Amino acid sequence: MSILVNKDTRVVFQGITGAFGSQHARACIEYGTKVVAGVTPGRGGQRFEDKVPIYDTVAQAVKAEGADVSCIFVPPPGAADAIAEAADAGCRLVICITEGVPVLDMVKIRRSLEGKATTLIGPNCPGVITPGECKIGIMPGHIHKKGHIGVVSRSGTLTYEAVGQLSALGIGQSTCVGIGGDPVAGMDFIDVLKLYNADPDTHGIILIGEIGGSAEQRAAAWIKENMKKPVAGFIAGRTAPPGKRMGHAGAIIAGGQGTAAEKIAALEDAGVLVSPSPAEMGVTLQKAMAAKA
Amino acid sequence: MPWKALDCDSVPASLMKIHEYQGKQIFARYGVPVPKGEAAFNVSEVGPIAERLIAETGNPVVVVKAQVHAGGRGKGGGVKVAKGGAAEATSLAEKILGMQLVTPQTGPGGQKVRRLYIEQGLDIARELYLALLVDRDRRQIAVIASTAGGMDIEEVAHETPEKIIRIHIDPVLGLAGYQVRQLAFALGFGGKEQLKKFSALMTSLYAAFTGEDCSLLEINPLIETKSGDIVALDAKINFDDNASFRHPGWEELQDPDEEDPVELEARKAGLSYVSLEGDIGCLVNGAGLAMATMDIILHSGGRPANFLDVGGGATKEQVSKAFRMILSSNEVKGIFVNIFGGIMRCDVVAEGIIAATKELGLKVPLVVRLEGTNVELGRKLLDESGLAIQSASSMGDGAQKIVAATRAAKA
Repeated sequence: MSILVNKDTRVVFQGITGAFGSQHARACIEYGTKVVAGVTPGRGGQRFEDKVPIYDTVAQAVKAEGADVSCIFVPPPGAADAIAEAADAGCRLVICITEGVPVLDMVKIRRSLEGKATTLIGPNCPGVITPGECKIGIMPGHIHKKGHIGVVSRSGTLTYEAVGQLSALGIGQSTCVGIGGDPVAGMDFIDVLKLYNADPDTHGIILIGEIGGSAEQRAAAWIKENMKKPVAGFIAGRTAPPGKRMGHAGAIIAGGQGTAAEKIAALEDAGVLVSPSPAEMGVTLQKAMAAKA
Repeated sequence: MPWKALDCDSVPASLMKIHEYQGKQIFARYGVPVPKGEAAFNVSEVGPIAERLIAETGNPVVVVKAQVHAGGRGKGGGVKVAKGGAAEATSLAEKILGMQLVTPQTGPGGQKVRRLYIEQGLDIARELYLALLVDRDRRQIAVIASTAGGMDIEEVAHETPEKIIRIHIDPVLGLAGYQVRQLAFALGFGGKEQLKKFSALMTSLYAAFTGEDCSLLEINPLIETKSGDIVALDAKINFDDNASFRHPGWEELQDPDEEDPVELEARKAGLSYVSLEGDIGCLVNGAGLAMATMDIILHSGGRPANFLDVGGGATKEQVSKAFRMILSSNEVKGIFVNIFGGIMRCDVVAEGIIAATKELGLKVPLVVRLEGTNVELGRKLLDESGLAIQSASSMGDGAQKIVAATRAAKA
């Protein structure tokens, strides 16, 4: 088992003919992901790389190919609309890779998804991978290894870093989820942690957070009350100066709030073993597993 | 912006800031009442503006306000009231324009005042606080209001939390009539006339917030005049720069004098750069890894000179530009390149580094850690370049190597 995606997942790529979308659709297909359809309005009837059928709308792709998950590479002006289209077409999971979606667009999208069966991940995220089965997003597939550790993160490259360390130690991953760095987005840490907690195939978790906001503190409170499995953590931005935005729209220490120290304290209080350095995430997970064994 | 004490977890999604006078021009466009005023860029403009305002309003009092992006201008001496007409306004302007204004938000060096706003004086009956922002926890626009205006709102929230009113806006309904009434009564606008005025103001503010893609809109103070008018005496607006594609006018509102020139240059090149105080330059892909790289340098005993995220899909030219920016800093005594390529291809990074060093030479130690997409090709390019590069097997290894090499180079 795994969470969110597996070998039976049927994916439609929205924006499959764009430079970015096509490059990553190709990499996902090479990895073995069942990319069953692409959507580019006005290019319905064509094929992507002579193989994957392209449709004008997501609804057509869902109906004809049984796609259940959408992966979005549509540029920011159309990204929110693309999410709404995928949800309306009945996709159970929508993964929006697009970076730079206006926050007020996301406020409306979140509201519109209430009461719907669709789960959103992102925007501004690397995507989701269940190693050996299904890769949806922009992460390098070859660094992953099939196994039993869940990795959930607000940062893309830092997720790769954690995965690389785990694989080098011979520790595989069940499913890795990049939830993205935007202030208003889809799944948050707690949503993903709940799935890991219920997944018999996930035996331990690495949670990677960063400065800004309070998602990590809320996750810590949830872990303290509910988590049955060992959790290792890392928070990026210990050395970030207040008031400076660090790349991600959400990564800023404001008024002395949202600091790494605050988040680390909350996680430690919840029993999470926090890695002192980003180079020791894998080893810290190992220690957390050993301590709970 | 510290909203935590307000029980509202929201930092502005971005930090594109504009001046007060620009904010008031936007307010006026949306029908939010603001005092009459005009911007001045040199002292000779101030007298005529003051004369015009005095003639138009019949009030001999005008206010001279420094225009810098930092808050707390009054405390630093950047806001002065002239009761003696155009001559006094001019002499106040002489003192303020060009001064190095130090406020709690500027840092000890202060910010040079290059623009002024000359505004009509108003008879203030009471001062209120009003702000709209995106609450990231609730994923909604929130209104924060208080009868304790003109003060530090954090302090108010801390000491008299009962004086803070919060409303969350359902994006489907927009700002609802009942919510406006709740706010009005809580702020003490009871009469029919005042209710009408306040409703119009709130409706205009909400339209401005959504129409202009604001991440923060703050009025401190919002005032009630002695004649019962409700006026925005201040205007602080931040935009969500993700929405810049639908606001071509924002470019004109930017003031490059208010920004770090290096950070501005980086942004123009599509790079995310923040200057820091240390001596080890960093070039990294991804915001999280870039922050973590700063952390690990410090953890290993060094000090990072910058945060630099070249982003996911950077071109060879962007990487080269980034590397040149680091190379041209006099503070940098060593460079650490830390790349975990997902979208970013390691060969593109290698080509960018080689191009930049060919142009500027490499006089400081360089440690490169490459991992991920096309890593073999990237390493091969660097090996064949003949550059004095130490390669690192991991992030931890790289951090230790660059800290040691920088120390040795300085010794």
